[in-house]
Amino acid sequence: MNKLITISQSPHVEGDFTVKKIMYSVLIALVPALAVSIYYFGFDAVRVILIAVAASVFFEYIIQKFLIKGKTTVTDGSAIITGVLLAFNVPSNLPIWMIILGALIAIGVGKMTFGGLGKNPFNPALVGRVFLLISFPVDMTTWPSNRFALAINPDAVTGATPLAILKEGVKNGEKVTDLLSQIPPYLDMFFGNVGGSLGEISAFALIIGLLYMLMKKVISWHIPLTMLGTIFVFSEILHFANPERFADPVFHLLTGGVMLGAIFMATDMVTSPMSKKGMIIFGVGIGVLTIIIRNFGAYPEGVSFAILIMNMFVPLINKYCKPKLFGEKV
Amino acid sequence: MTILVTIITLVSIGVIAAVILFLVAQKFKVFENPKIDEVEEALPGANCGGCGFPGCRGMAEALVNADDISTLFCTVGGNETMAEVAKILGKEVTAKDPMVAVVRCNGNFEKRKRTNQYDGSATCVMAANLYSGDTACEYGCLGLGDCVKACNFDAIKIDKTTGLPVVNQDNCVACGACVEACPRNIIELRKKGPKDRRVFVSCVNKDKGALAMKACKSACIGCGKCAKVCPFGAITIENNLAYIDFEKCKLCRKCVAVCPTGAIHEVNFPAKKAVAKPEKKKQTEEIKEEINKTSENKLN
Amino acid sequence: MLKTFSKGGVHPAANKLSADKAIEILPLPKTVTIPISQHIGAPAKLLVKKGDKVKVGQKIAESGGFVSANIHSSVSGTVSKIDKIFDASGYKKPCVIINVEGDEWEENIDKSKDLKKDISLSAEEILKKVSEAGIVGLGGATFPSHVKLSIPKGKKAEVLILNGVECEPYLTADHRLMLEKTDEILVGIKILMKALNVDKAFIGIENNKPDAINRFNKFVENYDGIQVVPLKMKYPQGGEKQLIKAVAKREVPSGALPIDVGAVVHNVGTAFAVYEAIQKNKPLFERVVTVTGKSVKNPLNLLVRVGTPTINLIEAAGGIPENTGKIVSGGPMMGKALVNTDVPITKGSSGVLLFEEKESKRQDVQNCIRCGKCVSVCPMGLEPYLLMNMVESKMWEELEKNNVLDCIECGSCMFTCPSQRPLLDYIRLGKSTVTKIKRSRKK
Repeated sequence: MNKLITISQSPHVEGDFTVKKIMYSVLIALVPALAVSIYYFGFDAVRVILIAVAASVFFEYIIQKFLIKGKTTVTDGSAIITGVLLAFNVPSNLPIWMIILGALIAIGVGKMTFGGLGKNPFNPALVGRVFLLISFPVDMTTWPSNRFALAINPDAVTGATPLAILKEGVKNGEKVTDLLSQIPPYLDMFFGNVGGSLGEISAFALIIGLLYMLMKKVISWHIPLTMLGTIFVFSEILHFANPERFADPVFHLLTGGVMLGAIFMATDMVTSPMSKKGMIIFGVGIGVLTIIIRNFGAYPEGVSFAILIMNMFVPLINKYCKPKLFGEKV
Repeated sequence: MTILVTIITLVSIGVIAAVILFLVAQKFKVFENPKIDEVEEALPGANCGGCGFPGCRGMAEALVNADDISTLFCTVGGNETMAEVAKILGKEVTAKDPMVAVVRCNGNFEKRKRTNQYDGSATCVMAANLYSGDTACEYGCLGLGDCVKACNFDAIKIDKTTGLPVVNQDNCVACGACVEACPRNIIELRKKGPKDRRVFVSCVNKDKGALAMKACKSACIGCGKCAKVCPFGAITIENNLAYIDFEKCKLCRKCVAVCPTGAIHEVNFPAKKAVAKPEKKKQTEEIKEEINKTSENKLN
Repeated sequence: MLKTFSKGGVHPAANKLSADKAIEILPLPKTVTIPISQHIGAPAKLLVKKGDKVKVGQKIAESGGFVSANIHSSVSGTVSKIDKIFDASGYKKPCVIINVEGDEWEENIDKSKDLKKDISLSAEEILKKVSEAGIVGLGGATFPSHVKLSIPKGKKAEVLILNGVECEPYLTADHRLMLEKTDEILVGIKILMKALNVDKAFIGIENNKPDAINRFNKFVENYDGIQVVPLKMKYPQGGEKQLIKAVAKREVPSGALPIDVGAVVHNVGTAFAVYEAIQKNKPLFERVVTVTGKSVKNPLNLLVRVGTPTINLIEAAGGIPENTGKIVSGGPMMGKALVNTDVPITKGSSGVLLFEEKESKRQDVQNCIRCGKCVSVCPMGLEPYLLMNMVESKMWEELEKNNVLDCIECGSCMFTCPSQRPLLDYIRLGKSTVTKIKRSRKK
């Protein structure tokens, strides 16, 4: 043997868990929801997703190459995820330039200003989404009906989402019990036959994704379960106190971005706490904030804001939720 | 009426806040000698820590508070700055010789054969914690550049062709950060010397001659020739390693000429005129002879 | 439900390639290089000089303090040199080099293979003899065994735990020893129990060694107070604190020793060495070493004299494969990479592991994605990512407050990190720096 042998510190073996694998597992988990959105929104969905992904990857590459001048890491798949999630959070008829602008804000402001993957305090896709929502509220909350609804009734180009119906109704002093008759049945909402942003319509497809990620151990159950549980319990309490003013928990779980947020947004590793205890606090916080914003705030939907607000608390949670030391007495 | 109420409310809030601010400022006022600011102004503001204080302000405080400031010295500013400080404070300073960092290892790729390749984290401390390095010499430079990272003045760089750090003496302020950072204690602060000329032993290998030679062709083998030839008694041999005391050295360069391995380096001297180099073969023989002599001595 | 420790842990691929290979005796080498520091603690003091004739089992270096151990010659022959040689630590250490001439043993060593069950010595005599025989922990930590057997005043050992876990991938030395020397190990355990004055002993064995579990279950019936505890496979179960937690459900607090919770842990290999020392008068000068690796032609387990160059073992396993990139002494998780193949086998070498070139290079380091895997796998409940950041920014006091010294350097964090960050490298640096700071504070 005339080659030089290698010396390095232990451990000398590495697990088969890599950043790339995590990112592509998340992408695979997103496929069912993607399929459902294409099924209901047709070519529009494909257009929005492709543009969002292409723009995200493009901006990440450009910024890394020419502004940061470091190695480019676009191949790790995180920009693709940001693109898909951004697309999932917008209506299918959003103008192209808005999608591109959203991607620029998501990648440029939400991610790269902090130093790229792993250093961003906020979920980049949500940063882009909230930016669009605040800047272009009309375009962002005009939901086109899906192509089956259009086939039946060609005039109903746009329809309000259940959450918007509820918010509007409550504002006008109508009873929730009456309003619920205007929204689609829960089974339709579960499988996605409802208006809304691309990816959030089908709870069923998102849950398949969740199961896949749990199976692959990409995420742990702590955040999604505590978040959904809190939403259920909290809205049940409100509903029990005043059923005429507050909708029932199943309504809250199935509408809007709750499922998408709980499964794909809140669980984003970079912007969620490290320890299990911290994850539980994080999930509960998002749940409480979501219900508060939905029932008492100005916006019909509160998941994005709730997640971004809790993102802010992550460093604090990490600081105070230390794992229990071995041998430490409780 | 409403306008009036608004104005009055706002004005009163403003006044109350101002009073509170004033009282708080009074209560928490810390007296500081204004001279500290003045001295800090005079210091270079590099905050390098070369003086032993955390930043220039710490140094300024120490300078103002100390009765005798001759032990304190700002290596960055040098004598000029110290004279200025002395003027502000009305205290006396003694001029000090300017110093410079010197790398005491000359085992480049050619002279020091690599025996393995390191693949851990690229810092010298960690490599030194793990093992003796990627050559057979367990004293020499690891070449991973902890000194470069420690330097705030861009004065030390790893030369890619030799794998050794090189000090840029114009940038070096002798703050000692690299000396601190080097886990092998290879870098030393030495007198910059008249016309920047200096002579030093560029090796820290404490092994016996034969072992040191095996690891690196330009190691100091501790033969003692330099000590014998030095007319000023500046060279001492300890643990098979020669050391030149820069206070005693008069830069005659006799030691450079006699060193069989070329471990003693001279810097910034004008090029010598046509001194015929001994043939290479002869040189190695000479070294072997020296090693034999020294090892015999050791056994006796 | 099988027992295991509760916090953290990883599951590296076991790769026990040599599990069904019986222990073979390696022929004597031409020369041996015996380091005089093969244990944790003070190096031993030399008793021989150049030119001396030595016999197998002759003491050649004497314990240099309380935490230190005697060193015995593993061969008979002439001391040819006393020199500084690279050992597994990666540094040159003083070694005795002996030219082998024949194989002449000290007269009082019983070379027979008969099992001697009766323990005639008292606890003090056992302790003295263990110390005399230079026995150290053979699991890899090489902590002098007599120190572990001397219980400090005011404390009492309640339970003896035998470590037959061998949680490191690849290694099978303890596994084979348990299968082939079952009775001897059990007598060794009885001796240790007598020395510690305990009436309960547990042998922890992971369930990937069902043959060893069955064999011990069959044999323990003849010995009082010994019980086999099958454990669920998880790394680092062989860690002292983790094993105590798994077997006895006791947690050793931060900074404390196992004896503080009434437990004493010894390796099964140590139990065998104790048996040989007490019943056969044989000091510790040979041990079982696994030679393995994916590209090794014939992975096997060898009984090797201390001081044998590593290359002899590799030759016995079919020679160095052309594509070898790294040679490790010990297991893949905690072993040390060797600088060359002449490094001698010491009391602590449990294996020689050859890595192919492509396995031996580290992957590129990426940004931390804050996935928290390192936190969830840390068996000591630390936050490796945080400790690494603190070392990077030189926050030594913060590191101490975050219990960096509790780290057992098992490598689980680095093994599991998806960004291949060198967490353990940094934590080790933090540990050594914090230790230095603590020491200087005491002065």
